Amino acid sequence: MAKVIVDGQEIEVPAEYTLMQACEAAGAEIPRFCYHERLSIAGNCRMCLVEVKGSPKPVASCAQNVRDLRPGPNGEPPVINTKTPLVKKAREGVMEFLLINHPLDCPICDQGGECDLQDQAMAYGVDKSRYAENKRAVEDKYIGPLVKTVMTRCIHCTRCVRFTTEVAGISELGLIGRGEDAEITTYLEQAMTSELQGNVVDLCPVGALTSKPFAFHARPWELLKTESTDMMDAVGSAIRVDARGREVMRVLPRLNEAVNEEWISDKTRHVADGLRTQRLDRPYLRENGRLRAATWPEAFAAIAAKVKAAAPEKIGAIAGDMATLEEMYALKGLVAALGSRNIDGRQDGARLDPSLGRASYVFNPGIAGIEEADAILLIGTNPRKEAPLVNARIRKRWRMGALKIGVIGEVVDLTYSYDYLGAGPDTLADVVSGKHSFAEVLKGAKKPLVIIGQGALARADGAAIQSLAAHAATAFGGVAEGWNGFAVLHTAASRVGALDLGLVPGEGGADAAAMAAGGVDVLFNLGADEIEVGQGPFVVYVGTHGDRGAHRADVILPGATYTEKNGLTANTEGRIQVVNRAGFAPGEAKEDWAILRALSDVLGVKLPYDSLAQLRAAMANDHPHTLRVGGLGAVDAGQIAALAGRGGKVEAAAFAQVIDDFYMTNPIARASATMAECSAIAKGAHRQAAE
Amino acid sequence: MLADKDRIFTNIYGFHDKSLKGAMARGHWDGTKGFIDQGRDWIVQQIKDSGLRGRGGAGFPTGLKWSFMPKQSDGRPHYLVVNADESEPGTCKDREILRNDPHTLVEGCLIAGCAMGAHVGYIYVRGEFIREREALQQAIDECYEAGLLGKGNKNGWDFDLYVHHGAGAYICGEETALLESLEGKKGQPRLKPPFPANMGLYGCPTTVNNVESIAVTPTILRRGASWFASFGRPNNLGTKLFGISGHVNKPCIVEESMSIPFRELIEKHGGGIRGGWDNLLAIIPGGASCPLIPAADCEELIMDFDGTRAVKSSFGTAGVIVMDKSTDIVRAIARISYFFKHESCGQCTPCREGTGWMWRVLDRMAQGRAHKKEIDMLLEVTTQVEGHTICALGDAAAWPVQGLIRHFRGEIERRIDAYSANPHGEPVRIAAE
Repeated sequence: MAKVIVDGQEIEVPAEYTLMQACEAAGAEIPRFCYHERLSIAGNCRMCLVEVKGSPKPVASCAQNVRDLRPGPNGEPPVINTKTPLVKKAREGVMEFLLINHPLDCPICDQGGECDLQDQAMAYGVDKSRYAENKRAVEDKYIGPLVKTVMTRCIHCTRCVRFTTEVAGISELGLIGRGEDAEITTYLEQAMTSELQGNVVDLCPVGALTSKPFAFHARPWELLKTESTDMMDAVGSAIRVDARGREVMRVLPRLNEAVNEEWISDKTRHVADGLRTQRLDRPYLRENGRLRAATWPEAFAAIAAKVKAAAPEKIGAIAGDMATLEEMYALKGLVAALGSRNIDGRQDGARLDPSLGRASYVFNPGIAGIEEADAILLIGTNPRKEAPLVNARIRKRWRMGALKIGVIGEVVDLTYSYDYLGAGPDTLADVVSGKHSFAEVLKGAKKPLVIIGQGALARADGAAIQSLAAHAATAFGGVAEGWNGFAVLHTAASRVGALDLGLVPGEGGADAAAMAAGGVDVLFNLGADEIEVGQGPFVVYVGTHGDRGAHRADVILPGATYTEKNGLTANTEGRIQVVNRAGFAPGEAKEDWAILRALSDVLGVKLPYDSLAQLRAAMANDHPHTLRVGGLGAVDAGQIAALAGRGGKVEAAAFAQVIDDFYMTNPIARASATMAECSAIAKGAHRQAAE
Repeated sequence: MLADKDRIFTNIYGFHDKSLKGAMARGHWDGTKGFIDQGRDWIVQQIKDSGLRGRGGAGFPTGLKWSFMPKQSDGRPHYLVVNADESEPGTCKDREILRNDPHTLVEGCLIAGCAMGAHVGYIYVRGEFIREREALQQAIDECYEAGLLGKGNKNGWDFDLYVHHGAGAYICGEETALLESLEGKKGQPRLKPPFPANMGLYGCPTTVNNVESIAVTPTILRRGASWFASFGRPNNLGTKLFGISGHVNKPCIVEESMSIPFRELIEKHGGGIRGGWDNLLAIIPGGASCPLIPAADCEELIMDFDGTRAVKSSFGTAGVIVMDKSTDIVRAIARISYFFKHESCGQCTPCREGTGWMWRVLDRMAQGRAHKKEIDMLLEVTTQVEGHTICALGDAAAWPVQGLIRHFRGEIERRIDAYSANPHGEPVRIAAE
């Protein structure tokens, strides 16, 4: 700890604090543009200048540590002033320089209302211009379908350059030229290849980089802001949904240190237009092979007729990837009430068994726990596509140094270097048995982390591989006091919830694949679009988009997307998080739990709750952990040892990738034109600027 | 006037043999092993005692700088980097050392390397210096061949010396930008602290010195610190290479004693001002970044750090640019302003935006196409750049303009009056409020 005097107030701060942090600890506000706490320090905007007693020049407070300050002649603490005329003049000077070549186009700038330059010019600038020369104009650049550039507005803070090189791990943005001709560009004017590129829009303190899909659509002050949780992948990023009326205009990240820090993936951010298109807004009924619009009572009557005709063991249900805990609980209740054991929440066929305990299927160390790991083994997973923010965490840890990463699976670009160990279970078995040299790395690590993905689990021998991976964790000290290094990386937002609630076939029940193959007569499909349902079952599809599930459906009941309902969800860590409604579902669509509750009444097995609150209370009664919103509960590490002991026979086939198109993983994304464009570019349809 | 026997650079004009043989005949590489045997502390103390101040412009005491290097290596190697990126307009002293007397530098590198515990040295040569680099490389090759450099050399200090060729950016003469460039990155200055003595080249302790500072050290050690300190005034000791260019009868590079009166320097070595002393308008004493000194102050001007400071300028590299009364002084400074605008790296705001602004206003003022109130505005803009930037290029761009306004405000006003007295198609623009 070190003592400093800020504006006459003596405070004690850690010596490694920057002057900016020290000033803020003392309550002084320091303006800044280039400084960002998650990026390296550039110190180039010069907005954060403060006066340090004894220094002839003002000092950039973002770039100097408290410990580098010299004490006074008699050992008194260093003195920092943030309100003196020297500081005021420095700030006004820098602000004037930033503004002389900045265009006066605020009325047509999308950053308006949330522009750092605008705000700080109000606070620290002067009210008139002395610059009589022509302003600089800079050509706009094409850097992809998500980020719009108006480069004349750029103030060269290089936050975007630092983000893409440091966090996203792509060296595709840079500053070329020098002096006042310096420009930010990708040089070749090709689309950036990162799944996190949308974050540069949030980072840009001015309107140089803005969201292309959102361009000219709305002003920030018109939007209703709802804090919610993302369901595009199993990370459960904290998001803010900005809606105008019932239309979601954009999605922005919220700060959640434990999960997404302050980044979100491009799919999370730019899927918004998919919430508007291809929507199911009324019930449909299949008659003579064609779907026709119907009323709710008609649809319910048709279902009731089929259910009555079917034997209980010939009724089944599959829950999809974006269901909340409440509706899955209601679905389970409905199926149980109908007397069936056929239910499954694992449409991808992952061989995960909740009876083995929660530790066997969640990301035990937590996403933030990745930063503590000192060796990582990735098994059958491509985190860059399955969970870009988990990948960003691994990269963050990798950048800190002294981290060995081994990959078993396909060779992919993960944005960091790793040792490629092999393609399939044989290699994993070699590592576990110590035959492979990477075993030494795991053995030498204090906190080894084994991450197993769905590429290893969603196959016939998935349970055996899971056991082998658990063995890898336990054998090398990965499960010890204070550290649990066995992590399952899920791809679907609802998967952990489904396992928590026990959405797996009961004794003698059919699993998702069996049901889809025709093992049942009536199939309730709660938004499961990633599974092909064969001929035979009468399919009741409760969902939101005209996608694969709706095409196969015999009755369509229009539901609500994750921005249109309240609910709870569990991410891959098992963290329970809240989804909030930002707007209402279109047309006659209803919230899914309410549909199931109403249907149960028609089917004569009325579910015992009339409101979401009652439903939650019932669910909490059966599954008390669903009340623990936000944190991670303790898991029983012994379950992993037990899992490791199960063993089983593994096959030789290599681990496959479960996601081949990051931008097209769910019905909402498939309905989004933005995602379609990204997908086309990712597949190699490079768009280049016209010459 | 400096006697010939006291000159350090005995082949600065290239009249003699510049090869190792010739250099040894002139006394270089004599007793080098003896200096190294006396240890690094002794060398540093000698340089401290000699009063040598850095010859690159800032005038930081060289011995003190060397003493900042860690005494014990913490496992990281130490590096010596020689700044031969001599790009300051009006300065061409290092060039003469590189091409005519390279062995003074090579020997200096070995001794300086020993003094800071460095076994590797890099000489960063300006991109435009092609022949100079060749001459330097030849000298280094000769030394390797003669066993004076390299591992297990005759001098008893393992030392490898590499020549790196820059790509012609002025900013790469700034020490941290030079290190960035040397590492293969974009030449942009680093934030300080950490200073290079702690975190320099490749994150290791590094000292960056000017060519001349290094090249004089062997002779200082050979002839003694007190010999070197016998020249010049206190705080401004030693001999120095002066460059005289511009409106003099005989532009030249000359080694002279520090604290030589300006008039003596010009009359003895430069052949006098073109058209006589009274035809002098102003001088820029040490390269383009120093504020100009008007003729009135040149009369009594002492050419050293303190003498130039007394007239609100700086000694810089002692590359004197002399301007007689035929000079369009506003245009001259506008041209210097353009140079800094062109060479600004664009990293930090005040310099990136301010240099262009200053140049544009000055360019108009050179024609008279300006308002008188803009003179004060321009002066204020220079103060907004000065001291607010990462490196000293912002200061360097501001000072010449400040010098111009300080001494030639009347001339600018005269032009504005002359311009506005006549009708013009293009009006003087006023900023939008």
